[in-house]
Amino acid sequence: MPRTLAQKIWDAHVVRSAEGEPDLLYVDLHLVHEVTSPQAFESLRLAGRRVRRPDLTVATMDHNTPTRGGREAADEIGRRQLDALEENCRWAGIRLYPMGSRHQGIVHVIGPELGLTQPGMVIVCGDSHTSTHGALGAMAFGIGTSEVEHVLATQCLPQRRPRDLAVTVEGELPVGVVAKDVVLALIHQVGVSGGQGCAVEYRGGTIRALSMEGRLTICNMTIEWGARVGMVAPDDTTFAYLEGRPYAPRGAEWERALDHWRSLPSDPDAVFDREIRLDAARLEPFVTWGTNPGQAVPVSGRVPEPTTENEERALRYMDLRPGTAIQDIAIDRVFIGSCTNARLEDLRAAAAVVRGRRVHPRVRAMVVPGSAQVKLQAEAEGLDRVFEEAGFEWRDAGCSMCLGMNPDILQPGERCASTSNRNFEGRQGAGGRTHLLSPPMAAAAALVGHLVDVRQVADVIPAEPSRRS
Amino acid sequence: MEPFRRHRGRMAPLDRANVDTDQIIPKQFLKRIERSGFGPFLFHDWRRTDPDFVLNRPEYRGATILVAGPNFGCGSSREHAAWSIQDAGFKVVIAPSFGDIFATNSLEIGLLPVRLPEPSVRRLLDLAREDPTVEVSVDLEARTVTAEGFDERFEIDPFARDCLLNGWDKVALTLRHEPDIAAYEARRAVWLPRLAAS
Ligand code: SF4
Repeated sequence: MPRTLAQKIWDAHVVRSAEGEPDLLYVDLHLVHEVTSPQAFESLRLAGRRVRRPDLTVATMDHNTPTRGGREAADEIGRRQLDALEENCRWAGIRLYPMGSRHQGIVHVIGPELGLTQPGMVIVCGDSHTSTHGALGAMAFGIGTSEVEHVLATQCLPQRRPRDLAVTVEGELPVGVVAKDVVLALIHQVGVSGGQGCAVEYRGGTIRALSMEGRLTICNMTIEWGARVGMVAPDDTTFAYLEGRPYAPRGAEWERALDHWRSLPSDPDAVFDREIRLDAARLEPFVTWGTNPGQAVPVSGRVPEPTTENEERALRYMDLRPGTAIQDIAIDRVFIGSCTNARLEDLRAAAAVVRGRRVHPRVRAMVVPGSAQVKLQAEAEGLDRVFEEAGFEWRDAGCSMCLGMNPDILQPGERCASTSNRNFEGRQGAGGRTHLLSPPMAAAAALVGHLVDVRQVADVIPAEPSRRS
Repeated sequence: MEPFRRHRGRMAPLDRANVDTDQIIPKQFLKRIERSGFGPFLFHDWRRTDPDFVLNRPEYRGATILVAGPNFGCGSSREHAAWSIQDAGFKVVIAPSFGDIFATNSLEIGLLPVRLPEPSVRRLLDLAREDPTVEVSVDLEARTVTAEGFDERFEIDPFARDCLLNGWDKVALTLRHEPDIAAYEARRAVWLPRLAAS
């Protein structure tokens, strides 16, 4: 029987299956952070249980962590959560990358970066954006705290097989259009619940041509259209990305792993339950206008007439009038960061737009690298100077203003161009208004003070030759 | 987990689609390290800014069945969302569809997510709006939702249903398969990453 990538990974992880029951799946890697784990450890201890495989578990601090001023800058309850994680990891013998560690970072950035995320694995984390790791051909999904406890105790999870959904993207991306635009356009097309119950495989020439960073961005936002798993079949891009990373196999083991990984892609005649097609050549940079990621339009477009009560609510919350040109929307803040778009390639793309120009005087803009490693590498390339000279704040790694659980938040009424993944009401701070877009688009908005097509920035503000370092 | 068999109570109509977990429980309340005490923060921002919000209205005080629009609980994996709904006194959430992780989280803690076709949910919303005192019965064993002039069956995963009906500890169920787990571990590939404690 021909099988899909998802089916192959599933079959290889079934510990036990019985009629009428969900399959018991083995978990290869369990990622843990401070927000969704304390209650799981607590219940585990109360039940007199232990962590079965601390060696397959790794923890980092990301959601609560201040991006300036270190741990002391966290509020008291935030610190309590960081302390609890530290104690729990010590108790269970779990490797923790705390604040200050050179491998600390957003949980979905450090997994691939360390080579912990590998093709064919089952990966879980108490965080919905765990789908990110699927970019390397892993089956990765977010779980709740009770399930975190389940995995800590058993390294397994009872699960029902998802349906298989193919998203095929063909065509060459126009200049200025990047992975973020592909996924925003996709969510706009299928709606925010279009993927419920599905394991998605992104495929086609456009996906194959993307870098690992671009694939990570697309898989990251899989949960935003309701699917739990988003994957790209492993290929030479994947292998080249992994080779030499700290936890990647080496020597003879690398060769054996490669043989296995090469067997994972969906068989040519494998059957998907559904297929969605997208023509990349016709895409434009996308921007959201509303309060869910599906409420998006091409940057050349206008705020639409509302057709549902939901859209009316969204317009009220966003304080926008139908018919307004997207490019006439002025912004107060810019956030370049999050597990969607804070890897080295994202920062390079934003820096390329910023170089030699200045942030608009009304705008407060920040860049928050996704991990301590990304920060170090970016600094080695001088990207920090490009941003700082332009007037951006250059901060320490963490989730930062993606969810405003740390000191980085929007004030009520502030409007932000953000490279993160959620524009829900209050997501970046109570009363804050979020427009999702790509890193180059966010950079462009910072320079001109309103939403703008990044491809026009060169015409609007020429770079000063003297600043072009 | 407390077993769930049947429940009878009044409804709170929340006629909105795509209610996300950030609305159910905003992140500033995720910093607690306990499981309880989240109820007062349920729908915090909507309650604070809108005096007409359903949970601010005295006629819906004491409601135990939340009725909502499609894709309820989309967004983050925070189990705090399910905890806060349960902690605020709700036993059942009825909607045309749910975010996958939210539905799983609810089942884990004994808050019953009931999926009904959109027109049926619409009728319940209307019923609750017309007469806030109307009572609805949800029977998990029979898989029915009934009220005066309303009688619908719902589908639910049979295993999830058994767990709820019996209040089973799922971790204990899995631990019974220890030999299978150990056998699986013995055949895992050697190159798979392993971490040393820090
Ligand atoms: S960056 Fe945002 S989406 Fe990613 S893990 Fe952190 S809070 Fe979640």
